[in-house]
Amino acid sequence: MLGYLARRLAMTIPTLLLVAVAVFTLVRLIPGDPVQVMLGDNADPAQAAQLRAQLGLDQPVPLQFLYWLGKLATGDLGHSITNNLPVLPLILERFQVSATIVLVAVGLAACIAVVAGLIAAWKQNSALDLAIIGGATLLLSIPSFWLGLLLLLLFGLKLKWLPVIGYVPFSEDGWQAMLFMVLPIVTLTAVEIGVLTRMARAASIEVLRLEYVTHARAKGVPEWLVLGRHVLPNAFAPTWTLIGLVLGHLLGGIAVIETVFTLPGLGRLLVDSIFARDYPVVQGCLLFTAAIYVVVNLIVDLCYPLFDPRVAVA
Amino acid sequence: MTAPLLTVDQLRIEAARTAAVVVDDVSFAIERGEFLAVVGESGSGKTAAARAILGLLPPGLRRVGGAIRLDGEDLAEIAPRRMRALRGRSVGMVFQEPMVSLNPAISVGAQMAEGLALHERLTRAEIRQRCLDMLARVQIRDPARTFDAYPHEFSGGMRQRIMLASVMLLKPKLLLADEPTTALDTLSQREVLDLMVELARDHGTAVMLITHNLGLVSRYAQRAVVLRQGKLVETGSVRQILSAPREAYTRQLVDALPRRSSASGRRVAGDPLISVRGLKVSFGGRQRLFRRDADVAAVNGVDLEIGAGETVAVVGGSGSGKTTLGRAMLRLIPAAGGEIRFQGRDVIGTRDRAFRLASQLVFQDPYSSLDPRMRVGEIVAEPLRHVPELSSRERDRRVAGMLEEVGLAGFAQRWPHELSGGQRQRIAIARAIVRHPSFVVADEPVSALDMTIQAQVLKLFERLQAQYGFACLFISHDLAAVEQVADRVVVMQAGRIVEQGSRDDVFDRPQHEYTRALLAATPVLDLAGQAAARVSG
Amino acid sequence: MKSRINTLIGGALIALLLGTAATAAFWTPFDPLRINLKARLQAPSLLHWFGTDEFGRDVLSRLMAGAAASVVVALATVLIAVSIGVLVGGIAGYLRGWTDRIIMAVNDALLAFPGILLALAVMIVIGANKTGLVLALGLAYIPSVARVVRGTVLSIREKEYIEASRVIGNSELYSMLRHVLPNAIAPVAVLATSMFGWVLLAESALSFLGLGVPPPAPTWGNMLAASRPYMETAAWLSIAPGLCIALTLLGINLLGDSLRDRLDPRMAHG
Repeated sequence: MLGYLARRLAMTIPTLLLVAVAVFTLVRLIPGDPVQVMLGDNADPAQAAQLRAQLGLDQPVPLQFLYWLGKLATGDLGHSITNNLPVLPLILERFQVSATIVLVAVGLAACIAVVAGLIAAWKQNSALDLAIIGGATLLLSIPSFWLGLLLLLLFGLKLKWLPVIGYVPFSEDGWQAMLFMVLPIVTLTAVEIGVLTRMARAASIEVLRLEYVTHARAKGVPEWLVLGRHVLPNAFAPTWTLIGLVLGHLLGGIAVIETVFTLPGLGRLLVDSIFARDYPVVQGCLLFTAAIYVVVNLIVDLCYPLFDPRVAVA
Repeated sequence: MTAPLLTVDQLRIEAARTAAVVVDDVSFAIERGEFLAVVGESGSGKTAAARAILGLLPPGLRRVGGAIRLDGEDLAEIAPRRMRALRGRSVGMVFQEPMVSLNPAISVGAQMAEGLALHERLTRAEIRQRCLDMLARVQIRDPARTFDAYPHEFSGGMRQRIMLASVMLLKPKLLLADEPTTALDTLSQREVLDLMVELARDHGTAVMLITHNLGLVSRYAQRAVVLRQGKLVETGSVRQILSAPREAYTRQLVDALPRRSSASGRRVAGDPLISVRGLKVSFGGRQRLFRRDADVAAVNGVDLEIGAGETVAVVGGSGSGKTTLGRAMLRLIPAAGGEIRFQGRDVIGTRDRAFRLASQLVFQDPYSSLDPRMRVGEIVAEPLRHVPELSSRERDRRVAGMLEEVGLAGFAQRWPHELSGGQRQRIAIARAIVRHPSFVVADEPVSALDMTIQAQVLKLFERLQAQYGFACLFISHDLAAVEQVADRVVVMQAGRIVEQGSRDDVFDRPQHEYTRALLAATPVLDLAGQAAARVSG
Repeated sequence: MKSRINTLIGGALIALLLGTAATAAFWTPFDPLRINLKARLQAPSLLHWFGTDEFGRDVLSRLMAGAAASVVVALATVLIAVSIGVLVGGIAGYLRGWTDRIIMAVNDALLAFPGILLALAVMIVIGANKTGLVLALGLAYIPSVARVVRGTVLSIREKEYIEASRVIGNSELYSMLRHVLPNAIAPVAVLATSMFGWVLLAESALSFLGLGVPPPAPTWGNMLAASRPYMETAAWLSIAPGLCIALTLLGINLLGDSLRDRLDPRMAHG
């Protein structure tokens, strides 16, 4: 177990380094001089040179990278060009909003999807199976931002059950904050149920075919226990991996949903910074998102031996 | 006379979608404590018939008629709840594939305890004790450690014992064993089946052994039922069925058993075609984070000579290194040491092209050895790419001739997936022979095939060898097939040759104890008025 | 049975999409760009089947033009991603060893960015227009293709018919081209089909965020974005483009499922 932990941890270091190189390179590739962008078009050349030296931009590129990496290691992602705030606290604040929605939605979706997928597989090719897989495929095909708009139209504008635009932090008014969160969470849950149900169904079908399921039945194990004890844990393993991928990608990538519901999340911060050409923030967001992805998948992998004892030794 | 334990009456099973008949009005009975064998090839419906007893047919199949009575109770009519009470408690089942029949996510102990907890009122400590006793009974070395371990930590033979232990723990009246040892090597097969018979005798359990192997039938069963394509062919005592079969199909099955041919006339004359000295093959140990595990020697210092036209058989259990030896001799796997000479030339250092073109391989699994995206004609023609002097007309003629020789004339435009296993193996043989090689490695060429097909393919192989005169390294765990085709026999254990000699010497006067154990584990069929036939497979 | 329904509905939806896109290339009921402020925000009618937008442009014509834009972007993107991905993944699976390790390490690092974010990042560099969009999305999806191709190539190389090819005396390169690649086509085709859907969705999402094809050129995504202020008064503006995206994705998903069923015989029995 400890060996597995060490191996898996060691594997993330090169990935994180490569991610850093990718982001660093990307920002250097953006046309235009960052100093020019920061100071505006009619900047004083002396002032520009001073800023360049201050940012280390007069150094050779590999040195710049090392310098940047060093600051990165201490959590210093630089300062925003638009409001001169440090980037990392800005990101963390916005991340709270995105993470709340994503964690709740994916958690809900996973619970529903695993059960629905298991039942569909158990009753494979029945009308119930057809309904579940059909529903999942339908949900998978609906773009999240459109579903969000439709829900806003229905519950916000027509029925007026829920607030339409805006956001209140939990710290200020918990109830209000929850009301603002309902629709984004429902939207995201619906979309993710589609993906996860299909996976859970396919995995359950694979497992139901295996001899040990028949073996359990041949022992006289009642059907609910066959499903709960023998099928579910084994079918959950591949679904768990997918949950990790989904979680990792959504945590930085729900910009569209945040746009629909005008929530101050991480995705919205990235998009706004792109419009504002606020490159330190863009760079920070990209880096943070990729790092989150790597870390989430690390956690998912570390939990894997809980479902599959074979992994710990392999 | 008491009523039989189980009677199956006019059982009929169909495929749900196509209504194809899988089991067609089959009737038979099992007495208390009896050992009944149900014999059949693939497609005979033997597995479906057994699963129907417990109401565990796979989703595509359904029982459409007939009665199954256990102790007078019709299993086809009872409520699911009653059926669950009988499963495991009255009727236990052992499965074929030890690798997939235990749940990988649950410890061995928990899986064994599951049945006990369902069917008997026992405390946790009692359950544990019963499991440990049973594990000890099936000769598992460390029962307490096994109880807490997970299935993946055990070999196939050990898992099959665990499975047997978990089923016999409930002392069922009837044990259904569906090809329980087909996936095991000869030695484990013997051990597991002997254990099964002992346990069944101890508990007075009747056994229904589903098998394709007549050797096991003759060694263990009292009565047998022969099935073919869903129909009952013949039923009777094992002695009668094997020595005086009434039906043509049963006779065909018995005749398909490999037999020793009269003393082989082939003798090595002059220099060997291929000679191996001190051959070593090792597989790299697993790469750990900071170090590498020690290399494992799969073949460890093998000396071997094969003469032109001679058939040398390599036998041994799984893990003996016989397959690795074959691959290494064809230079598909790099050798870690030693030398291989072909017609006197060293082929390891020199990447000898002539050797590559003169040697061929026939694989065990005819399903993965043919490229699914090539037509049969293209597959057989492919080796001729490297015979540039052949015009395309000559090439076509050679391919057509080869297909005719293997009995598949006119198959050139077919796809591999349209062929049966036996037909595919014929294509694989045609591909190997078409370039007239002087050396062929045959790696378990018939063990994936049905009995009657095995006999045909072996016969074909022998005929082609007589015709084209290639030397052959025949790798097999099946001593019966080896006895039929080999001139000389090499016995391997743990990467080394422990014995080699002429076929008759090795079979009749084995020197090494491993050879003796292998031979003892292989059942011999005594057939009235015929030479004894050795069976395994 | 189910597979046949999938093929039928999926095929019909995709045929409709391709037909509409092809038609839009030379004919639409109205000029999708012509502004007519007198006919602003008209509800669906016989003249304007899907109504008009805030500038009085015919929504149906804009949807058709949007379909053409989406199909072109998605096809070009898939073409780029698949051809480069097959090349990269094929090389990694063929050469193995260190080349494979380096390629896959870079690949995995790129996979750590959500596809749409990677595309976003690349678009900052290239610029927000149709070419930029195609290049950005194409680059963003190369890693997934490369990963699948490499895995497929490695698993095919374990098959016995590859060993058979080696015994025959064929070179490694010949075996790769004659035996490995043809057998890798099926999984790549399945992937390319699903990818068409992902790309279409990503393109709509980017346009919705205002980072895709810039207005006034219509795409389903930017039409949806533009409809937001009029959601309450002119709901058709929000419903029609979203429905187009959803139906297209449904078609792709159904078609992808039936393709997978057909190519994976193990699943087809189910």
